[in-house]
Amino acid sequence: MNFDVEVRISLKPGILDPEARAIQHALANLGLATSRLATARLFSITLEADDRAGAEVLARQMCERLLANPVIHRYEVEVRE
Amino acid sequence: MRFAVVRFGGSNCDLDAVHVLRHVCGVETDLLWYKEGLGRGYDAVVIPGGFSYGDYLRAGAIAARTPLMGQILAHVKAGGLALGICNGAQIGAESGFVPGTFTLNAYPKFICRPVHLRVENNRTPFTSLYREGEVISLPIAHKEGRYMADPGVLAGLNRDKQVVFRFCDPEGRVSIDANPNGSAENITGVLGAGGNFLAMMPHPERASEALLGSEDGKRIFLSMIRTIEAGGRVPDDR
Repeated sequence: MNFDVEVRISLKPGILDPEARAIQHALANLGLATSRLATARLFSITLEADDRAGAEVLARQMCERLLANPVIHRYEVEVRE
Repeated sequence: MRFAVVRFGGSNCDLDAVHVLRHVCGVETDLLWYKEGLGRGYDAVVIPGGFSYGDYLRAGAIAARTPLMGQILAHVKAGGLALGICNGAQIGAESGFVPGTFTLNAYPKFICRPVHLRVENNRTPFTSLYREGEVISLPIAHKEGRYMADPGVLAGLNRDKQVVFRFCDPEGRVSIDANPNGSAENITGVLGAGGNFLAMMPHPERASEALLGSEDGKRIFLSMIRTIEAGGRVPDDR
């Protein structure tokens, strides 16, 4: 059956996020101060699996093998039906 | 002796590399579309710069998962030389040929200018014609060139002499001021564990003719040729 899966890739804590820093500066220039800002990437995936657990295993494989780079990234997988 | 330069969709320094190899260094060189595969044995493979797959996902991530990279891995494991320049370095890191990754510059913009590099290890197939500690000038042209690796990995690279180039000032001092992109320990050239794959962000093929301002890059290719002529050994005549 089909499962909708959301995969969120973000930088590990402590890894420099230059894009976030630039966005914070730009917001500050608009008069919108932030004390923290982080970027992340969301993948909305529909995939076929036998059950929820199987869908999660597949999504994690996708993260391990392509979507995330283990040197800098962490990932979260959420399976929706 | 025969070199291969591989081309992915979005490679754009492939013809520069072919030109330097064929017409400046005088070595037979094939330009290969990635779907063709290596096809035959090569003495050396160059993965050139560019924007393969539009840098989608991460620079080099998609090219790294093509079957061609599996063939280049087999070539490297068999002792063949391979050089990844700029996007080729990113592809090499994404393929696991070297540890760590090349990611977004600390100041997140595209940098295109000549920089100074210190040759940290000249006992490699790629640098045997430089002096150890020599300061050379090559151009960089990248937005995702900040080398990053875990502290333990960096310690291992230093210990095993896998750091080949560091950004430095004209006097050879390695400092934060001489680090254009925020790379860990100013590292911008990394050798794979076998010593026969080099990932480097600067562009030697853009600095191989006096007409273009610098010939400092030419000795990378000439060192490779010399190593191949010596049967794969790094000539030890220093």
